[in-house]
Amino acid sequence: MSLDSMSQIFETMERKGIAFWEVVLADDMEERCATRAESIAKMLTVWRAMQDAADSYTGRSRSVSGLVGGDGLKMRQYSIRGQAMSGGYVSEVIAEALSMAESNACMRRIVAAPTAGACGVLPAVLLPLCKYEDLTQHQILEALYVASGIGAVIAYRSGISGAAGGCQAEIGTAAAMAAGALVALRDGTKEQIGHAVAMALKNLMGLACDPVAGLVEVPCVKRNVIGAVDAVSAADMALAGVESRIPVDEVIDAMGEVGRRLPVELRETALGGLAATPTGREVKKRLNQIV
Amino acid sequence: MNIFDILGPVMVGPSSSHTAGAARIGSMARTLLGEEPAEAKLHLYGSFAESGPGHGTDRALVAGLLGMKPDDLRIPNAFAEAEKAGLAYSFDVIDLRDAHPNTVVIDVTGRSGKTLQLQAASVGGGRIRVDAINGVEVNFTGEYNTLIIQNQDENGVVAAVTTILNQLRINVANMSLCRSKRGGKALMVIETDQHIKPHQVQFMADLEGILAVTYYDKEVEDDVSGFDESNL
Repeated sequence: MSLDSMSQIFETMERKGIAFWEVVLADDMEERCATRAESIAKMLTVWRAMQDAADSYTGRSRSVSGLVGGDGLKMRQYSIRGQAMSGGYVSEVIAEALSMAESNACMRRIVAAPTAGACGVLPAVLLPLCKYEDLTQHQILEALYVASGIGAVIAYRSGISGAAGGCQAEIGTAAAMAAGALVALRDGTKEQIGHAVAMALKNLMGLACDPVAGLVEVPCVKRNVIGAVDAVSAADMALAGVESRIPVDEVIDAMGEVGRRLPVELRETALGGLAATPTGREVKKRLNQIV
Repeated sequence: MNIFDILGPVMVGPSSSHTAGAARIGSMARTLLGEEPAEAKLHLYGSFAESGPGHGTDRALVAGLLGMKPDDLRIPNAFAEAEKAGLAYSFDVIDLRDAHPNTVVIDVTGRSGKTLQLQAASVGGGRIRVDAINGVEVNFTGEYNTLIIQNQDENGVVAAVTTILNQLRINVANMSLCRSKRGGKALMVIETDQHIKPHQVQFMADLEGILAVTYYDKEVEDDVSGFDESNL
């Protein structure tokens, strides 16, 4: 397995003279005994599933609990009216992150990236970009390989589940994957990919997983927004030449350590944070009566 | 874990462990039963019982029993689909010792009256682990092609099975064997790298000392034979 550190991916790139995405592709071909065509075709089904999820969502669904739904549409309308302070692309990123995460909460079909709860981050930065920049499908698939390679490294070194490492491990990892994908799409260097991943992860470090009533709804849907915006800002900083003072693999390891030190109440158990607020408890009580 | 466990699964939300994994467990129960299920009693444990309904765990389990995969858009309507398909189901809460927090025990009865009890856990990212079949402890995931063989505990039965696998050029990835008592019934679980054809499974079922064979094919990949990278 060559996907156990970012520095090892960088080293393989140099040694073989290939791009980041090709290192990940080669690893997948070896790991799953797949041909190049089989691997890329499977990645295309992933991308199409993301597109389908976005295209088929009217924005009017409601989750079983009734807590979630409709916010993506509100944000999209606000963005279309040209009122957003964050401007065109970023306001659409926000709307897409809300919509995709809402879709998940409403039992629609999504792509876990790296988890279902964090499914909005990566498509939120990629889908609107297709409108603003002239991107081929091949470039998008290359970016998805970059994202999945980054996710694989983080999964190997630190873990990607909220139960093990808090929200920083889910939304933080999704943000790191998305940041790296954006830098790759702009033909950034491997060092810039590394810095973007490091900065995206650092900026969400320590984030608790505290879902109200244990559901993937509050605050998960809106956390997808902060993950996506974090990714855009980390990618832009890296492309501007801003560097992470702590090397990326050390940041990943630190995220894992912080996750292990998080009290169990803040790791998906719905016993602390927002879940334990008076309103959070009230919601849980109300839901227990319904279901 | 591979990169499509990171970017994936493509699934109906909201939770890979509570929804996608639950659908896989239901589907595993259906396959191991080997026929259309008519009645299922689902006993939920831990987090499956706690926050299951809000995650659609109940509907996903029933969807799996109906043969739906984790990305099937009918999962949210699984209860209505069950009624159409004539599957009766019921849920209750069970207390288990030392079980994974996302565990379910399913008692399922087929159309012909055949019964099966399955205990399985959803262990994260949509991956599952089967912990017991008909009360006998096992340990497999469905990520490989899996042979579940009930046999008489006697000399040479294991050798006969592995000899046949060798002749078929089927490589054993993982294997376990458990017996209830000396000379009693035993359960062999063999995970293989290659697919085993139905007539080959039948051949093993007809061997002396073999009481029953169930075969689980790992989820098939999409057919990508028409794919051309240069069209992207």
